[in-house]
Amino acid sequence: MVETGHFALVLAFALSLVQTIVPLFGARLNNQRLMAVGGPVAITGFALTALSFAALASAYANSDFSVASVWENSHSLQPLIYKITGTWGNHEGSMLLWVLILTFFGALVAAFGSNLPATLRANVLAVQGVIGAAFFLFILATSNPFVRLNPAPIEGRDLNPILQDLGLAIHPPLLYLGYVGFSICFSFSVAALIEGRIDASWARWVRPWTLVAWMFLTGGIAMGSYWAYYELGWGGFWFWDPVENASFMPWLAGTALLHSAIVMEKRSALKIWTLLLAILTFSLSLLGTFLVRSGVLTSVHAFATDPTRGVFILCILTLFIGGSLALFALRASRLTAGGLFHPISREGALVLNNLFLTTATATVLVGTLYPLALEALTGGKISVGAPFFDLTFGPLMLPLLVLVPFGPLLAWKRGDVFAASQRLMAAFASALAAMLVTGLFIDGASVFAALGIGLAVWLVAGALTDLAVKSGAGSVAPAVMFRRFAGLPRSVFGTALAHFGLGLTLLGIVATLSFGTEKILTMRAGETVELSGHTLRFVGLYPAQGPNYSEDRGRFELIGVSGSPVGEISSAKRFYPVRQTTTTESGIKTLGLSQLYVSLGDEGKDGSVVVRLWWKPLVTLIWGGGLVMMAGAAMSLMDRRLRVGTPSRRRKQASVVTPAGLP
Amino acid sequence: MTRKQKRLSVIAGGLAFLGAATGLTFYALGQKASYFYMPADLTTTSVQPGQRIRLGGLVEKGTIQRGQGATVAFSVTDTHKSVKVTYTGILPDLFREQQGVITEGTFGPDGVFVADSVLAKHDERYMPKEVADGLKAKGVWQESKSE
Repeated sequence: MVETGHFALVLAFALSLVQTIVPLFGARLNNQRLMAVGGPVAITGFALTALSFAALASAYANSDFSVASVWENSHSLQPLIYKITGTWGNHEGSMLLWVLILTFFGALVAAFGSNLPATLRANVLAVQGVIGAAFFLFILATSNPFVRLNPAPIEGRDLNPILQDLGLAIHPPLLYLGYVGFSICFSFSVAALIEGRIDASWARWVRPWTLVAWMFLTGGIAMGSYWAYYELGWGGFWFWDPVENASFMPWLAGTALLHSAIVMEKRSALKIWTLLLAILTFSLSLLGTFLVRSGVLTSVHAFATDPTRGVFILCILTLFIGGSLALFALRASRLTAGGLFHPISREGALVLNNLFLTTATATVLVGTLYPLALEALTGGKISVGAPFFDLTFGPLMLPLLVLVPFGPLLAWKRGDVFAASQRLMAAFASALAAMLVTGLFIDGASVFAALGIGLAVWLVAGALTDLAVKSGAGSVAPAVMFRRFAGLPRSVFGTALAHFGLGLTLLGIVATLSFGTEKILTMRAGETVELSGHTLRFVGLYPAQGPNYSEDRGRFELIGVSGSPVGEISSAKRFYPVRQTTTTESGIKTLGLSQLYVSLGDEGKDGSVVVRLWWKPLVTLIWGGGLVMMAGAAMSLMDRRLRVGTPSRRRKQASVVTPAGLP
Repeated sequence: MTRKQKRLSVIAGGLAFLGAATGLTFYALGQKASYFYMPADLTTTSVQPGQRIRLGGLVEKGTIQRGQGATVAFSVTDTHKSVKVTYTGILPDLFREQQGVITEGTFGPDGVFVADSVLAKHDERYMPKEVADGLKAKGVWQESKSE
């Protein structure tokens, strides 16, 4: 089975070369039969990669320690679920997952791209093929997951305990669906550059792909953040760690792409910019892969450091980023520029959005790469953390967030800021009210907290205003309004939901940072502690035995107003004997949207235990907002226009988008 | 607005953004980046009390002292020099004697390093990279010892 997987991988590599060369020449020679080769080859390549992945997963599930990767990252006593998720909890397996998703997306284009122009489809598959080929070669040459050990060891070395978690089961696949999803946008862009022409069907194809990739990337980042929050036991949700930045940069650029693609689709303007942004977004995904996989960074993601891998990925990076940008420089002038628009218009607002987002991406990029560059050039070691990003990323995001509610209310071509402001009066009033209430009635609220809460409410209310205005609230009878509301295009709901979710995330961040409290103390069994109105009693430490670990579980009771326990929280220190590793299992109690977070420290000689407690108000909104953003993207994807793409229907719906009264 | 004017205004706007962002970035890099030192480096470079740095090395054997509440004192060493560090909070799970750590904080006026964060590696097999490189440069630690 393992050799079958290996063989399938080699075959998939060979097919990816075929997928690159044959359709590319077919498109050049305008030969239908050569171009038609791309589709079946892409689908077969995906099937082979899936077979290869299944072979590795089954080796993991069956604890086949004769496979080096399984031996290094698994153990027979691990629960089955972590044996399986361990497949991608290591360098080799996660790269295999990467190409699996890449070929999956290629196969989707092959399967559903029948309405694309034949040459465009052939070129897209060719570009997708060459990305695949590079990464297949990388895996086979430097990170082969199927290497055997002889003699086979009897027992494995266990998966890194902090990766033995459900969060890890979900986070990498989601993140990769996002990272790699942008490869399709990249392939479409490069294909358009190769053809030297870009048309309406191009934008209609690229936008849903961007939405899909962005949706998964949002989920992946939110999941990773939540995982770090509860698994590392530090109570933080974002550390500005280079590895986090590596996933955040494509997200920011992807968000910009999402918005510029709208302009391109609706108004066929910003073509060249959208193309460049698509290339940059995937380049940042590749850069993220390089940063995480090459071992230049120290983090939980750097499973092992092997210089040849780093050099190899760096070559891939140079090839694709350099190649695509060179092609862009050569060919971009051939593409025709699109429609004109007034600076104050929906297009103008989206351009502004793009300026802010790409500049913010650039600051994150500098903050992430500068320490690496400095070390390479001078040997000096610096760390760039939250203080840097607070000062650079923060000021760039603030004005953008203030402007978000205006965007959807401006008309295409020429908008009216005054009219949009009038419509946003209610939203502005609620934001102001929230600001005043926070500032005046909550003890210890800083100016920052009041402004932050106000801004969050502004975003949330702005998103609701958008829906209300587009349903005609205030100007038509309620019955008509409800009918209009139900008839709004899904993409309008998508926009509103995504902006709503952004507001929720911001609300969670501001509330947690401003009103969160924490306490560090030593406790003995029976003692109680109070934090922000919650009383916790430490019941005691209880030893327990897990499948592949032993633990000391600290039990805490949440005491209600009446003095009797109303809930229990337990936090544990786990010891994994195979790796001689201790981990902290944090105890979290969700109360409404807020959380009480308990983390256990070392045990003293006298039986007391160091306990760290946090009260995190509205903290769940940080990730809940991410889920709402995902729902927004999903809603946009269900838009009839994207599913069917009939021009007549689009024109009819566009008239609903621009309600009466707007010029 | 003509196409040319539009293009110019977009370019001007873009440059203004880029300028603002570049300025902010340089300012922030100068102010907010914290340098990494090993104890022996501190004899050659002067670090002001209150200046934020990252101090890395090995936790010296026999120096971990649990104080009042959750305060811990220990020494960080690169075997040439050692620096006394205090920290209040929960130490990372992989914090133990003779293991690599990175502490971040400032020097107090008494010369004791007051750390507000202590990092050990996530995985027991590897040293923090900065510490490993630093120790290698000082000839104290060889690659082979890590595995």
